[in-house]
Amino acid sequence: MLQTAIILAKIWGVLLTLVSLAAIMTWVERKQSAVMQDRLGANRADVLGLRIIGLFQPMADGLKMFFKEDFVPARGDKFLHTLAPMIAFFPALLTFAVIPFGDVLRIGTLEIPLQIANLNIGYLFILAFGGLTIYGTVLAGWSSNNKYSLLGGLRAGAQMISYEVVLGLSLVGLIMVFGTLQLDIMVKKQGELLFGFLPAWGIFLQPLGFLLFLPSAIAETKRVPFDLPEGESEIIGYYTEYSGMRFGLFYFAEFIEIIVLSAIMATLFFGGYQIPWLYAEGFQFPWGWEWNLPHLLVVILQIGSFFAKIAFFCWLQVLIRWTLPRFRYDQLMRLCWVNILPLAVLNIVLTGLVLMILN
Amino acid sequence: MANIDYNNLKTNYETSVQKVEMGLWEKIYYPEVIRGLLLTTGHFVRNMTVHIAHVFGLARNKRGAVTYQYPEERRPIHRRYRGRHRLMKKPDGSERCTACMLCETICPTQCISIIPQEHPDPAVEKHPASYEIDILRCCFCGYCVEACPCDAIRMDTQKVEIANWDRTRMVYDKEYLMTDITGPGAPPENDPPLWWLQ
Ligand code: SF4
Ligand code: SF4
Repeated sequence: MLQTAIILAKIWGVLLTLVSLAAIMTWVERKQSAVMQDRLGANRADVLGLRIIGLFQPMADGLKMFFKEDFVPARGDKFLHTLAPMIAFFPALLTFAVIPFGDVLRIGTLEIPLQIANLNIGYLFILAFGGLTIYGTVLAGWSSNNKYSLLGGLRAGAQMISYEVVLGLSLVGLIMVFGTLQLDIMVKKQGELLFGFLPAWGIFLQPLGFLLFLPSAIAETKRVPFDLPEGESEIIGYYTEYSGMRFGLFYFAEFIEIIVLSAIMATLFFGGYQIPWLYAEGFQFPWGWEWNLPHLLVVILQIGSFFAKIAFFCWLQVLIRWTLPRFRYDQLMRLCWVNILPLAVLNIVLTGLVLMILN
Repeated sequence: MANIDYNNLKTNYETSVQKVEMGLWEKIYYPEVIRGLLLTTGHFVRNMTVHIAHVFGLARNKRGAVTYQYPEERRPIHRRYRGRHRLMKKPDGSERCTACMLCETICPTQCISIIPQEHPDPAVEKHPASYEIDILRCCFCGYCVEACPCDAIRMDTQKVEIANWDRTRMVYDKEYLMTDITGPGAPPENDPPLWWLQ
């Protein structure tokens, strides 16, 4: 009974956090892009004369989405047209279930792992649900009964399936190093030290893997510079025929994906909730200092560091999105199959060699 | 300007567009991407610092953005900007226009319509009984101002917001053109005629 309640509380907490973070991300994206481009960004939405630097804008957006006409193309497939945004939205949310956002929390004799589902195939779970979102985009294009949407959906499908391959391959090295698919063990291993001082984060073990993972992951989220599936203004993408809250769901899914991707990057390459040299008992610096901390404080610090890492990667993704121009489609495909794929294979071979020599 | 010999003009299209070949440094993509990201990060950090300083009341003379926050903060308009028209007044307050119809004639969009009338004062020949500008059709060419022989119509009101909720109210009549004329930075209502007309 208590266990069920704890699990439900965790699910509820993560869901609320994710959805509200995504709403805030819409604001962050607007404001950050504005500041980068010497503008001020959305600051007009006001409630009773209060503007608080545009923070009401997400609410105004949501309200607008709800009151827009909910349009289904006359000869489109109504069922699939409704289903597609959901398929795009929920896998992105579900991915977060396997990501550990903190170490085990001990209250008395109770041990609460700060992770919703500790699957032993956690890593494959992420890839599998990442793959599911393709259905959302392809079905959206197909059910719209619009040739441009269909082409957009096809572009999206081709792009995401291609980048799925390199995404998986670029992470194989990491699995070889950690020898597990279970995310919480991966994170625990990243708490160890390399050469006695360097935290054993994925980025230090697999630098090439990270450099290959980052573009593939951004291509999976379909954001600039890989946003050809949407091609908002000129090539027209898969959600042309979407309006109202259905479009809102796609839009929202994009921001959830940003957050989830940041969480995955933090978990796999940047030590998840680990803070360098912070152990269960407190800080133990390599130069010999020790600083004991109570258990609760350690857990809070770890959760804080996890969300700080997420915030940093969200910032980085928005920075990339507002800096780079879009790829041409052939460049996109060449980057995937000709550049990243061989390098990913090379990375696997190198990792294998190094592991063989070390053992 | 360099002298161009138009009789012997050779356009070499092959060389006029230079295709820049990417070297290995650009082709591995990451260094150039990082360079771009550093540039935008530089802007972000600089502007963010200014914004945060503003919160604490510091660095008031620095701007965190180059844009104007329009309704509160207006962009300075040049004094020769062609804004909304106005009809000038004589010192006694009546219109300076003599209904010569030159502006109506030259107006390329034919948006001025004048009904001339005999002036009660026998010393003055004519004056407009009504003077209307259909501002929806006006293309702000300024020909009417140039054509006017007695500097009776000007476009120096500095008024640029000429939107309205109602089309019919976009046809400006004589009274409106003579009274509602003060835009920010505009010269006074009965500015004396230009010196060569006096
Ligand atoms: S500005 Fe040009 S278009 Fe407008 S009223 Fe004068 S002459 Fe006509
Ligand atoms: S040209 Fe000048 S004087 Fe003649 S009708 Fe127009 S405004 Fe009046």
